[in-house]
Amino acid sequence: MTLAWTATEMMTVVSARALSSSDVCFVGIGLPSAACNLARLTHAPGITLIYESGTIATKPRVLPLSIGDGELCDTALTTVSVPEMFRYWLQGGRITVGFLPGAQIDRFANLNTTVIGPYDRPTTRLPGSGGAPEIMTHCGEIFVTMKQGRRSFVDRLDFVTTFGHGEGGDHRARLGIRTKGPTRLITDLCVFEPDPETREMIVTAIHPGATRDEIRDATGWPVRFAASVAETAIPTETELETLRDLHARTRRAHGGGV
Amino acid sequence: MSEVMSLHDAIAATVHDGDTVAIEGFTHLIPHAAAHEVIRQRRRDLALVRMTPDIVYDQMIGMGCARKLVFSWGGNPGVGSLHRFRDAVERGWPHPIALEEHAHAAMANAYAAGAANLPFAVFRGYLGVDLPKVNPNIRHVTCPFTGEELAAVPALRPDVAIVHALKADRDGNVLIEGILGVQKEAVLAAKRAVVTVEEIVDDLGPRSPNAVILPGWTIGAVVAVPGGAYPSYAQGYYDRDNAFYLGWDRIARDRDAFMAWMKANVLEQGPEVFARHRRRAAA
Repeated sequence: MTLAWTATEMMTVVSARALSSSDVCFVGIGLPSAACNLARLTHAPGITLIYESGTIATKPRVLPLSIGDGELCDTALTTVSVPEMFRYWLQGGRITVGFLPGAQIDRFANLNTTVIGPYDRPTTRLPGSGGAPEIMTHCGEIFVTMKQGRRSFVDRLDFVTTFGHGEGGDHRARLGIRTKGPTRLITDLCVFEPDPETREMIVTAIHPGATRDEIRDATGWPVRFAASVAETAIPTETELETLRDLHARTRRAHGGGV
Repeated sequence: MSEVMSLHDAIAATVHDGDTVAIEGFTHLIPHAAAHEVIRQRRRDLALVRMTPDIVYDQMIGMGCARKLVFSWGGNPGVGSLHRFRDAVERGWPHPIALEEHAHAAMANAYAAGAANLPFAVFRGYLGVDLPKVNPNIRHVTCPFTGEELAAVPALRPDVAIVHALKADRDGNVLIEGILGVQKEAVLAAKRAVVTVEEIVDDLGPRSPNAVILPGWTIGAVVAVPGGAYPSYAQGYYDRDNAFYLGWDRIARDRDAFMAWMKANVLEQGPEVFARHRRRAAA
């Protein structure tokens, strides 16, 4: 027997599968946080989760609404200051994988979270850099997860907030960056990975039910497919039930309010 | 030695028009009550500094306190945009605001450099990105030993740092526990500091010998404001009111709704209103 699933659940499950017990993971808020904790609660119980608020090896019972919820501190091995987090742990090279949430993205997985329109007179002012630029260069590799659509998957970014593969090829190496950068981009339709030569993100797996035409329609550049494209395995009952339990616990915890 | 005084007197004596003011807090321990006092005292032309400007800076910007914002991530955490911040940047309301924009690594290093009395911070960062094109304070230095080019930003040396903490003793020594953010660095980098606390106690109680303590002589004024971090939280005292953050989105979207909320909840109130949030959490 299999359960039906939503596109967001599929994206979260595929993201979780990308992680292993030996990873030390810098966790972005939102969908990455759900995926990282799903991994911890299923196949990767040994994973070390780190949030930029300074919480190291945290095991939240419910998903945090913000990057610094008390739950992260209460369940952490230790909590360090934010300067220490960025200096010793991130810049210090202790993190194997960084998991970043949605933004405007281009074919080389550069990200924009700064402005839509010109910087001085933006039509939309976005939150800005946060930790992302240095997460992208200091973690061993980067997974990005976000819903796919033409407004976010664009031919050209208005602003490069966070450098992925730059102009492609050996651009990272030319800047002296030794980490791998974005190795996986997981969407609600498919999985992209960088072409070994050009570093352009190309489709390597398609989720069940999604089509190549759908992926083309939702991408603002002429999307390329790998020579061999896999079909993503469907979510297991364990994955779906664990994820739904986690979200139900989270709703109960955050829903109290005033 | 720090002086224990009222919030009104502490802000009146410490924060002046035109000052560079860092009101810090990383989700935890955000000094809402102290920021409201700055708004009530109608301070103007402030250069506001914070890694993560959220609701409280949205309120200060919307009330016209700020000429400039130095920051690295401006949003309503877990919810979305800061609508008063966006209105100031996109449409110049209530007046235009200058931005000095960084990434978190730069701000964290710049506070640490300020606390260490250095002129600038050096770190490995800003590689390949556009911010250095729009922020002339992002520069580079060459390592004299390896030749590596590294990012440099000026140290942060605010005129005033304002932070909230759990408790202080009667000599004004302040204990910070839980998520620490950059509060210790901000206080030690600033010329003057105001710390609001949940309570003032005879003794800070059992703690690790390595507990994070700001000695009273590093702080200008310590003020007991129970509940003063609401709607953020104080570890062990009360939880974050996530519903308030969600509700703020609706209030802040509309200029009139925002002004009405500020009048009723800030301008016509005092810091004592924050105590009810702690009582509610304790109930």
